[in-house]
Amino acid sequence: MKSSVITFPGSNCDRDMDVALTKFGFKNKMVWHNDRELPKSDLIVLPGGFSYGDYLRCGSMASKSKIMNSVINFAKSGGLVMGICNGFQILVEAGLVPGVLLRNKYLQFICKNVHVKVDNKENTFFKNLDKKVLEFHIAHNEGNYFCTNDQLKEIEDNNQIAIYYCDQNGNTNDQINPNGSIKNIAGIFNKEKNVLGMMPHPERMIDESLSGEDGSIFFKNLLNNIK
Amino acid sequence: MSVNEKIAIEHGLKSDEYKKICKLLKRIPNITELGIFSAMWNEHCSYKSSRIHLKKLHTKGKKVIQGPGENAGVIDIEDGDAIVFKIESHNHPSFIEPYQGAATGVGGIMRDVFTMGARPIANLNSIHFGSTQNKKTKNLLRGVVHGIGGYGNCMGVPTIAGQTSFDRSYNGNILVNAMTLGLVKKDKIFYSKAAGLNKPVIYVGSKTGRDGIHGASMASASFDEKIEEKKPTVQVGDPFTEKLLLEACLELMSGDSIIAIQDMGAAGLTSSSIEMASKGNLGIEINLNKVPCRETKMTPYEIMLSESQERMLIVLESGKEELAKKIFDKWNLDFAVIGKTTNTKNIELFFDNKQVANIPVNTLVENSPMYDRKWKKSKLPKKNKINKTIFKNLKIKDTLKKILSSPNVCSKEWIWQQYDHTVMGDTIQKPGGDSGVVRVHKTDKAIAATVDSSATYCWAHPLTGGKQVVCETWRNLISVGAKPIAVTNCLNFGSPEKEENMGEFVECVQGISEACKYLDYPVVSGNVSFYNETKDIGIKPTPTIGGVGLIKDYKKMITMDFKEIENIVLVIGKTEGHIDQSLLSRLILNENNGPPPEVNLFNEKNNGLTLLNLIEKNFIKSAHDVSLGGIITAISKMCIKGNKGIQFKKPKSLINEIEYFFAEDQGRYLIEINTKDFKEVSKILDKNSVHYDEIGTIIDKDMIIDQKTKLTIDELKSYNTNWLKSYMD
Repeated sequence: MKSSVITFPGSNCDRDMDVALTKFGFKNKMVWHNDRELPKSDLIVLPGGFSYGDYLRCGSMASKSKIMNSVINFAKSGGLVMGICNGFQILVEAGLVPGVLLRNKYLQFICKNVHVKVDNKENTFFKNLDKKVLEFHIAHNEGNYFCTNDQLKEIEDNNQIAIYYCDQNGNTNDQINPNGSIKNIAGIFNKEKNVLGMMPHPERMIDESLSGEDGSIFFKNLLNNIK
Repeated sequence: MSVNEKIAIEHGLKSDEYKKICKLLKRIPNITELGIFSAMWNEHCSYKSSRIHLKKLHTKGKKVIQGPGENAGVIDIEDGDAIVFKIESHNHPSFIEPYQGAATGVGGIMRDVFTMGARPIANLNSIHFGSTQNKKTKNLLRGVVHGIGGYGNCMGVPTIAGQTSFDRSYNGNILVNAMTLGLVKKDKIFYSKAAGLNKPVIYVGSKTGRDGIHGASMASASFDEKIEEKKPTVQVGDPFTEKLLLEACLELMSGDSIIAIQDMGAAGLTSSSIEMASKGNLGIEINLNKVPCRETKMTPYEIMLSESQERMLIVLESGKEELAKKIFDKWNLDFAVIGKTTNTKNIELFFDNKQVANIPVNTLVENSPMYDRKWKKSKLPKKNKINKTIFKNLKIKDTLKKILSSPNVCSKEWIWQQYDHTVMGDTIQKPGGDSGVVRVHKTDKAIAATVDSSATYCWAHPLTGGKQVVCETWRNLISVGAKPIAVTNCLNFGSPEKEENMGEFVECVQGISEACKYLDYPVVSGNVSFYNETKDIGIKPTPTIGGVGLIKDYKKMITMDFKEIENIVLVIGKTEGHIDQSLLSRLILNENNGPPPEVNLFNEKNNGLTLLNLIEKNFIKSAHDVSLGGIITAISKMCIKGNKGIQFKKPKSLINEIEYFFAEDQGRYLIEINTKDFKEVSKILDKNSVHYDEIGTIIDKDMIIDQKTKLTIDELKSYNTNWLKSYMD
């Protein structure tokens, strides 16, 4: 399976994502933001980081990069696209997934392990996943998901919420919500569910010596689903 | 403007120094030249008060590839790999403007490391604030933490460990010391020594603005009530540009175009160009009209003294300009050929086709002032006679509660959760342990790093304190299973013009040197920060030591959390009951006098190396060094982290129970071993003459001290974790 990771100026999880994808069997290529063409890929990943320094709204500059036209076309034609952290912010700014990401509720960068509940398995990203709750890692300053009531209704009607922040038993409540996201939303799909944006970093949880191993479960499952 | 002595003094130079400049030049300098001299001759850049003493530091060792004198130190970690590391202070700017001061401190130290060709793989910091009652403390802490995070997080370099302390002596002068480690191949290290004539001198990175002019001079003076006016001397950081600069420099470094490279840190273009010329015994010629500027009408004086961040100066191989330019264009960074190397041994500056400065390089470097300042020897204070009945009235539970929730012992999670500590995917021990540990990417090796200081001990007796700090970092490394290799030091003191402060400096340095020599743990880099003083009140002497060690097989790394019930816990090293200067003494007994705990270097080395041997043999399940707050504080942390309890065994020691639990004797560790290994472990300890006590057995929950004294793990947790969070909310 072929994957591509886009490097924007200021991306800093691009290498980590490359390491993770390669580890689980993807043939991965790094793609420069200024390129126009995407290599032939089964999966495109927009990695975490601070694209263009995120001095403007996070992800807004990167969403206008040259390569993004190709990414948008790829997504619209049904290709799998995943945005992690800053990548999620870029997807939002590019209009590929609904909503916006605000500054964390407590106005602080947060770096820690979190649990997420996987509710929707009728999609390529989470299909056949054995577990309902995964332990992932977050590291962000602007991950507070927000959308209008109308949007929320539409998102829920279309089953677009991918993962929720929860406790280790899968309970979602305010106390466990790390950043103030509406409905504890940690990740969201587009309508067709071929585009996934999420704040947590599965690529930081890929071996037992790191913060955890649930990232491995996610990537292995993803690879099997694409095959 | 014509220069005179008054203007020179306004530049921070002394009258004698101005006369020396005139004598060296055989004429009166013009204003640009005076600016250059003031920048090169201030304390921060010239080390004029400290040089003579720093020479005494122990800096040599088998693993040292580069000692002090370069952008950073370099050590060998085998297999052709090397670690580049250094710690640096950014105290003065952080007090004036905490966010930018701390941020640019982090940016500056990372630049020092990647200037040498190394990719930064870990950041650490040691930050010190005034009393928690001081009204400025909260905002300063918040600003500094945001600044450190803001820069490091954006760069994508994990912040893996640190230290935070509060003490009244920092009320008017906080300390922000930032440390970075980078990874490089041994044969791809870059240095700042220029070589060859007529080689192009290249400016890359951000444009030059008016920010930070005289920053280094500001950092070389005490504060007074006009401190607010100094805000414009604080630089403004742009981590995004630095990230681009990092990637661009490493890309250029993968080829063979660079002869020498130097970041523009303190004293900007002035010190970078002069250092490269000086090391290469060359001259350098710069056309200041070619320097990319972000503001209009900047004068030569301003261009030379600006401390705008994220800039580098490179001496390139002739003919490689196009190739280099392409790389910097790709990363959207400025690139300009601004001059060339010459054989004049002078620095010659041109602006609007006129020569605006012409100074022999050696007058700025070798001939810079060096002072052997007067210093006062300190005496070892007399031991306090503590009435033992006081101990009888102390309840262990209450005392422990106070200590665990005290500002200097409590969990610093509120701080390190704001730092990205997992980016780069190799952090295998996060902040909150004895050392931070990162794997060497795609290998079985790991690097452990820690940063520490003990201002109270140093204040009570500088010589002992200096030794103790080195030993503390040594123990932190051993506790995670790393073989200590070398250190970097950041020497924070008051005004060197006061005999007492200078004495503290001299004796701390002596202590550091003795310990480093004995432990074969050399100093490879560092910096000195004097004048941490406001309205005549100086800080406690605070030498900060950053220690680095190697774990050959990262799977053998040790953490402090208790692992398994029924395992037994031993204390390695003898507990004599030293209470003076301990947290118990200062916090509970309100007694601030007396000597710090004695440091016995033989025991320190012997205990440490024996523990490493036990770790190597897989006997150790968890380990933690005993420091502030003594044995019971250390055990509490092991319980909290492992979510397990302990049943204490009555100590055999003859001393009082309170003394046994809270004493801060040095050279001690707590270790967890399996019962079946006890015989073998005790044999090894005995054979090496290492004293040990069996202190307890790990149980499912609760810390049971005796029949009457019991604490739940949740109690311990809430004492330890809540304080800082509620203080900051």
